[in-house]
Amino acid sequence: MRDLGAESEDLAPGAELMEGASTVLGLPDHRRREALSDLGRPLALGLFAAMARLRAFDERAVILQRQGVIGTYPTYFGEEAIQAGSVLALKDHDWLFPTYRQNSVVVLRGCPPEVPLLLWRGNPAGWHDVHRLHTAPVCVPVATNYPHAVGAAWGSRLLGEETVALAYGGDGSTSEGDFHEACNLAAVVGAPAIFLVTNNQWAISTPLRLQTRVERIADKASAYGMPGVRVDGFDVFACHLAVREAAARARRGDGPTLVEAVGYRLGPHGTADEPSLYRDPESARRWGPWEPLGRAAAALVDAGLASPEELGELRADAAAEMRQAGDRLQGFPLPSLEDVASRVYRETPWTLRRERLREPTYLEEG
Amino acid sequence: MPAGVTMVEAVGRALGQVLDDDPRAILLGEDIGVNGGVFRATAGLQARFGPDRVVDTPLSEAGFVGAAIGMCLVGLRPIVEIQFDAFVYPAFEQLASHAGRFRWRTNGAYGLPMVIRIPYGGGTKAPELHSDSPETLFSHTPGLRVVAPSDPLSAGEMLVAAAACGDPVIYMEPKRLYRRGRAEIPDRFQPSSLDRAQVVRPGADVAILAHGAMVEVALEAAERLADEGASVRVVDMRSLYPLDRETLLRTAREVGRVVVVHEAPRHSGVAAEVAAILQEEVADHLLAPVLRVTGMDMPFPLFQLEDQALPSVSRVVRTARAALEY
Repeated sequence: MRDLGAESEDLAPGAELMEGASTVLGLPDHRRREALSDLGRPLALGLFAAMARLRAFDERAVILQRQGVIGTYPTYFGEEAIQAGSVLALKDHDWLFPTYRQNSVVVLRGCPPEVPLLLWRGNPAGWHDVHRLHTAPVCVPVATNYPHAVGAAWGSRLLGEETVALAYGGDGSTSEGDFHEACNLAAVVGAPAIFLVTNNQWAISTPLRLQTRVERIADKASAYGMPGVRVDGFDVFACHLAVREAAARARRGDGPTLVEAVGYRLGPHGTADEPSLYRDPESARRWGPWEPLGRAAAALVDAGLASPEELGELRADAAAEMRQAGDRLQGFPLPSLEDVASRVYRETPWTLRRERLREPTYLEEG
Repeated sequence: MPAGVTMVEAVGRALGQVLDDDPRAILLGEDIGVNGGVFRATAGLQARFGPDRVVDTPLSEAGFVGAAIGMCLVGLRPIVEIQFDAFVYPAFEQLASHAGRFRWRTNGAYGLPMVIRIPYGGGTKAPELHSDSPETLFSHTPGLRVVAPSDPLSAGEMLVAAAACGDPVIYMEPKRLYRRGRAEIPDRFQPSSLDRAQVVRPGADVAILAHGAMVEVALEAAERLADEGASVRVVDMRSLYPLDRETLLRTAREVGRVVVVHEAPRHSGVAAEVAAILQEEVADHLLAPVLRVTGMDMPFPLFQLEDQALPSVSRVVRTARAALEY
């Protein structure tokens, strides 16, 4: 038993925290190679390419924030394995319920990357097409997206559809009431939902030990009567398999699953956050080697599924794609506030009608 | 057997009609199935439509209001029962942070066709937090519509309209009127307008504006004032967001003296908004200040004191007299 009072920094990164977490990359060499060739080259490379795009998006977004092109931005550096692994484990008609930390998963569903970037630029064109992409708008209030996924999953099943809904969240979200209500409701009604909790040990400055007294978030599942599994959140192949299995269970009619993807928040909470104020920078450095793209690349090369050049090319392509997306932001058309006001209700009430808004008490003269 | 149906029966009939008409409609709530709801609004509906369409949920307002949002995304049209007014507070975040924002978040493309039914208000000798009037919380929350019927027919017509609306509607049911009187209703409810007030009594000297259970109080006050020779117009506001600006302005122009009644606390209440609109837009026509008869800015009292806190006929009469004598 770990000393619950211990500083997070004292926890040796890796093995201890990953105990009980499913892994592909942590398997002995021959079994890892076997597992990767079982996945097959197209999928294995597809997972890497998806991670590369997410990483490139994140890196570009941070640059754009520094340049003042976009506003504050919640980086997800190091969490690409969880996001790419899960999106590719679901079918296109399955629903995703991302939070700000998964703000670019829509890109993996075919959304142009400038759309989520525009959201952080504060342009309403940044709202993606929810129904075409079967991806809910980025959820800002923590844990409130979990019940939405339950309703989508449960509702689809009532409609006789084979749709799974996956909600993302972080370790901090498991302290919120909506997490509990969603897990409980999903289990009671047998909703084909997946709760994918990224346990990166930190909620801004709040370490996990101030968040919960259970050592494993996956253990919380037992209170709801659903399976809880842990997976190495830096291992895209393991994340993929864990979510795939949860989705299969959901489609079989066996109800929801709580998946805890264990990792460490390698970067800041967002561009406005300064982690050195509350944690030893050394700990992030010690976790550095777990970084998911490097690990996946090494394993793919080792298994003979890809050459370093090939992988480098995927990353270069992704970087170019995101740079170009960033270049499209400036000068992107901005709707008028009056137009936006007409998009709140199906039938715009008089309070928001154009002639009302043109009164001097409302809008600046344009 | 008295003729007609009560308001709570009309609500049940309207729900049955919606479930019949639209296979995508689904009811969610606590004790609404076998038990038919604590007020029996959903009595018999689970037997008729099955447990997958009239769903008994866990005690989990944030959970099932949030789930209703997710259901809308996949094409269902949920109607949620909140057991008692104050029980909506745990779901407030779902309503304020999500329900009212989805159409805006999709640039107008997709709204959430959901109805939140909230039995509300005092006068039923209920325990604490079973007598609140939280309508202003929602009328101040962008993206929601807020309506309140005041009789069996309007309850049915507004409920089928709310279910067809396409945006989230907070449907406030004045539970004190649930079994107060009976009214003839048609075999099928025709959806009524969701944003129109109704003049329920014509009059020319002073107008009393009210919604929900206060319409009855206003009508009784009007009757009493009529005995004194005053001609009192009573307007059932019906829609609290948006307010029926046209009817409000017309009333003020034609009558010149306006009293607004609600049981919710006074501060930032619906009456304050009415008064603000009238003084901004038709100040020249006002013959007296807009006066308010409201609940107090304190927790709704325990029920031995509730009759003092609730706007009474005599308070409304006195206030209308003050407006008349101004």
